[in-house]
Amino acid sequence: MTVASGVTDPHFDVGRAWRLDPQVALRDEEFGALAYHYGTRRLVFLKSRDLVEIVRGLEEAPSARAAIGQVVDDESVPAYEAALARLAGSEIIRAA
Amino acid sequence: MPPEPLALRDRFKLGLQAPICMTWELTYACNLSCIHCLSSSGRRDPRELSTAEAKAVIDEMAALQIFYVNIGGGEPLIRSDFFELVEYAVDHGVGVKFSTNGTRLDAARARRLAGSDYIDVQISLDGADAATNDAIRGVGSFDTAITAMENLVAAGFGPFKISVVMTRQNIPQLDQFEEIAARYGAQLRLTRLRPAGRGADTWDELHPTTAQQRDLYHWLLDRPGVLTGDSFFHLSALGDPLEGLNLCGAGRVVCLIDPVGDVYACPFVIHEDFLAGNVRDEGGFTKVWRESDLFVSLREPSSAGACASCGSYDACQGGCMAAKFFTGLPLDGPDPECVLGHGEAALEKVAISLRPGPSVDHSVRTPVSFAARS
Repeated sequence: MTVASGVTDPHFDVGRAWRLDPQVALRDEEFGALAYHYGTRRLVFLKSRDLVEIVRGLEEAPSARAAIGQVVDDESVPAYEAALARLAGSEIIRAA
Repeated sequence: MPPEPLALRDRFKLGLQAPICMTWELTYACNLSCIHCLSSSGRRDPRELSTAEAKAVIDEMAALQIFYVNIGGGEPLIRSDFFELVEYAVDHGVGVKFSTNGTRLDAARARRLAGSDYIDVQISLDGADAATNDAIRGVGSFDTAITAMENLVAAGFGPFKISVVMTRQNIPQLDQFEEIAARYGAQLRLTRLRPAGRGADTWDELHPTTAQQRDLYHWLLDRPGVLTGDSFFHLSALGDPLEGLNLCGAGRVVCLIDPVGDVYACPFVIHEDFLAGNVRDEGGFTKVWRESDLFVSLREPSSAGACASCGSYDACQGGCMAAKFFTGLPLDGPDPECVLGHGEAALEKVAISLRPGPSVDHSVRTPVSFAARS
């Protein structure tokens, strides 16, 4: 298995709308979820349930910031912005 | 982010809803008889899963969201329904990575494989020249593997993988393997020799020396692009960890379905002691994965045993369960190839006659030995 290295996307813009890449599937696990990209064959671990909820919420959200705000308190926002930037870096999510 | 209750590796030790790394040996039939074959393949087993049963297994994998399956054998291309099953899997969201000796990978099959975006191919090659390879895999097998690679290139398959089991004889050829991979636009994949199947009989003469293990470790550290299937986590005791999960995933994130539907803890322990159940049982694979006594016990916290006082235990996790089992070592002690030498010391106390013999063997019934081949 190839585990994505978690490189941050330098162009990640939290003010934009983001979507799960259509080639990505999520599998729920107790710790969060596995995300698998059928194109790159990379496996990524979403290490909290809140992050999974945020990622699932991207579909309907006008921006990544809004998707985060729907799930966690203000103080946790920076950590989740960073987590989404890493997911963008591994092509799990893409700009809408 | 809120603190994680458990590090991911510790979380994985408790098991997952479904395996991440699922191996499925489609048939025990093989036209080669490699002297290190993990599954002692050769003869087809008459109880082999039918096409319908195999499709039912794929349905379960799809429902469990097993994103891809590693198909092997035996030689999977020997099954006449190989393409039917592979295409069925891909159509149901289960990607396929399959290993082949290449003998049946002709131009037409290469084109058919190239037609799917979700099939990965690994060609097995255990020497960078015919002499080294054929001593392990049989006369002519180097040439047929190279022909298969040429067929994939001609079909425009894209980057396939060359899969090499590391032995005392081929570790000096690491750079040559890299050249072969570059020549065919392939990705190199190196895996660890296990004393399983026929490999149990040849391990003593084939497994790398301590010095070679060190060479391999540094070679891999310098080349993060070389795949290893998380094979060499026991080498992480030498310093920085190699890429990967660095744990024994048996029954936790890894398992094997054999050609007759038996479910084992990992591809390297086809032995009754590690048999969890059968996909034909009521509840199918899902119940075996989630509820079998064996898998539940493998997910319980394990003791470091004789390794508890070693400062490197956290790095190597005591190594490979299968390697210990088939060399007669206790499972809560050092790996036989422990890079700090604890395995050698432990092996000296175990008579070879006390090593567990195979409980499953589909070898063609002719004697095979390294000496006879070389």
